[in-house]
Amino acid sequence: MDLNLSDEQRLLRESADRFVAESYDADHRRKMAKDSSGFSPTVWKQFAELGWLALPIPEEFDGLGGGAVEIGILMEAFGRGLVSEPYVATVVLGAALIEKCGSTTQKQARLPKVADGSLKLAFAHSERAARFDLAKVATVAHKTAQGWRLAGSKIAVLDGHAADEIIVSAHIHDHKGPSGWIGLLLVPAKTPSVAINDYERLGGGRACNIELSGVELPEDALLGDGSDALPAIELAVDRAMAALGAEAVGIMQTLLDTTLEYTKIRKQFGRPLSANQVIRHRLADMAMQVDEARSMALRAALKADSPPVERARAASGAKAKIGKCARFVGEQSIQLHGGMGVTEELEVGAYFKRLVAFDTLFGGSAHHFSRHAQLSRTA
Amino acid sequence: MDLSFNAEERAFQDEVRGFIAKNLTEEMKRATALTPSVFSDPDIGMAWQRALHRQGWGAPGWPAEHGGPDWTPAQRWIFETESARAGVPNVNVMGVKMVGPVIIGFGSAEQKNFYLPRILSGEDYWCQGYSEPGSGSDLSSLKTRAVRDGDDYIINGTKIWTTHAHHANRMFALVRTSEGPRQQDGISFILIDMTTPGITTRPIITIGGDHEVNQVFFDDVRVPVANRVGDEGKGWTYGKYLLEFERGSGIASAKLREGLKAIAELAESDLTGRAIDSPDVAARISEVEIDIDALEMTELRVLSALQTGQNPGAVSSILKLRNSEIRQAVTRLGADVIGHDALAVEPMRPLYKLNHAPATPEEMLTVVPEYLNGRAYTIFGGTSEIQRDIIAKMMLGI
Repeated sequence: MDLNLSDEQRLLRESADRFVAESYDADHRRKMAKDSSGFSPTVWKQFAELGWLALPIPEEFDGLGGGAVEIGILMEAFGRGLVSEPYVATVVLGAALIEKCGSTTQKQARLPKVADGSLKLAFAHSERAARFDLAKVATVAHKTAQGWRLAGSKIAVLDGHAADEIIVSAHIHDHKGPSGWIGLLLVPAKTPSVAINDYERLGGGRACNIELSGVELPEDALLGDGSDALPAIELAVDRAMAALGAEAVGIMQTLLDTTLEYTKIRKQFGRPLSANQVIRHRLADMAMQVDEARSMALRAALKADSPPVERARAASGAKAKIGKCARFVGEQSIQLHGGMGVTEELEVGAYFKRLVAFDTLFGGSAHHFSRHAQLSRTA
Repeated sequence: MDLSFNAEERAFQDEVRGFIAKNLTEEMKRATALTPSVFSDPDIGMAWQRALHRQGWGAPGWPAEHGGPDWTPAQRWIFETESARAGVPNVNVMGVKMVGPVIIGFGSAEQKNFYLPRILSGEDYWCQGYSEPGSGSDLSSLKTRAVRDGDDYIINGTKIWTTHAHHANRMFALVRTSEGPRQQDGISFILIDMTTPGITTRPIITIGGDHEVNQVFFDDVRVPVANRVGDEGKGWTYGKYLLEFERGSGIASAKLREGLKAIAELAESDLTGRAIDSPDVAARISEVEIDIDALEMTELRVLSALQTGQNPGAVSSILKLRNSEIRQAVTRLGADVIGHDALAVEPMRPLYKLNHAPATPEEMLTVVPEYLNGRAYTIFGGTSEIQRDIIAKMMLGI
């Protein structure tokens, strides 16, 4: 039992903190918010050079073979700077799905490219009618003579606009009809009949809705050999929730630091806000919740490779708890900044919005408390 | 980083499990499960302390030269966790965990030689004389006075919330020996024989129906000056050192988890009409379990820092605060889960020696008393408000 950072992990944290502090200031964020691509290709190239894109990819595919703990270290730093590069979409979700489901050929063709920054991925899974149920997919892939025909509607695809290739989940219908399992299909972004409607995502970065109206795909567009991809989807989403949880911790820490400074400087009734016990106690509660969130993000990362039920319980536990802490810390940061906290003139709102997006993505606290409860009964 | 235990630690875990299996009797287990106050009564608690002492495990936190087992933080974690899982008696902490470290840190050679072996063996049973009716959170405003008379102090005053004073043969107390410029000055740390003439004890019954705490009165009580620990007037420093032990003993999640498990079992049983089938109850159990997970991770992070000699800082206040709040959440959940049976609160004590059939099944007997008594968790050992003051000051610098 040892939860201290290793030397390599400490170095990773230092370099990530330094990069974010130097390259990701308020001006950069404002520029990115107006940018139609939502991120900077220069920064993406730097990520590749720093080895961050190779982090979780196995060594045999030119990766560094790191794990969820290293991803968490990076994501916490990303949170502090509100980084908007498509890291989760490409490296945490996309690469994990290919690694878990893909054939050796499919992995060889893609994972090294993710690692060197020349391939960006996205995962199109959520559908409006499914809400947060990962098993509910209405999109269908029919077997054709040449390969597959894909039809359906996807929503809330993280960074789909930036992807070279989109991984789409669909119910597989072979010659005999519905197969009963979910498959993952690789769809090049420039394919005809793929309509991408992207939007500025709440809290920074972009997301899109995708209409797939009879998209013709070759045989080898299907990831792997045709076994049910649902377990891999659950694994990838659990890991993404752990990663996003760590990002939320970074965001909360920044909000706490900023709010603390403000309450020391801002004077009302002839004394600083922080001279009031009600303010000090509020900040103590915020600090406590940031610390609890940090514990839960780390726990989810440490259990990312545990057996499915244990992993899923840790991921849902973290998502629910961090979501609850995030709302509290975010909302109280605005409250303690007073009227200015509600304006775009301070960055508090931008950080808050990213926390709201975090709590919403893949289901909010209420959803994950009940998922955790269901998993507890099946454990 | 690794959450799992190494081979050595697993071997130690087996050793602890073996010890508990051999020494924990069914009678002790049942009595512990049916005790709705913080500590087991001495007949149960001291039986366990003697078993621990025979094994050389009587004082996990003490240095080896005074009889401690010299465990690593990870070993202490394993010991506490396995003890909680098995449901061992809750030994009154006033001896081993509270006055012991102060005597070791600040006591004379004579005091160490006399008191420490008697704490280890359970021969002495200690209580703590800190709070007074007029001094709650503002502890250093205490007024119990010790006036020098030759080789003795003569003590007058009163102490309150004195846990197990009615069982104890010794008390460690903070008393005022002089008036200093600050109210913290002039306080001394004194060891008192409870059989000394002039001491009377009044029981205080808590809202759960338990006699655990007392008020103690001192009426011209003569105590040898040799019973003072450390310097005269430095008692506040020693007392604060001890309070850090009270708050930061640091391993609470395992006990909380067992408490929640008992409630979840009730919720899954026909005794409650399967309360768990209500999605609201199931989600609330999960919510509390997740809070315990978070606390456990924080404890493990602190433990890891301690293993490498780092100072975890003001986090002991966070641990105290969260432990007390989660404990209250567990007991509140329990009182909800048992439904109408929450109306029937058994007044007789001890609950493991009732001579009549109670109105509710045995599994439910402690639920409401624990909820009611449990309100004290956010009050004793520094209220939640005081803990928030400490967090703001120590962690945030405001």
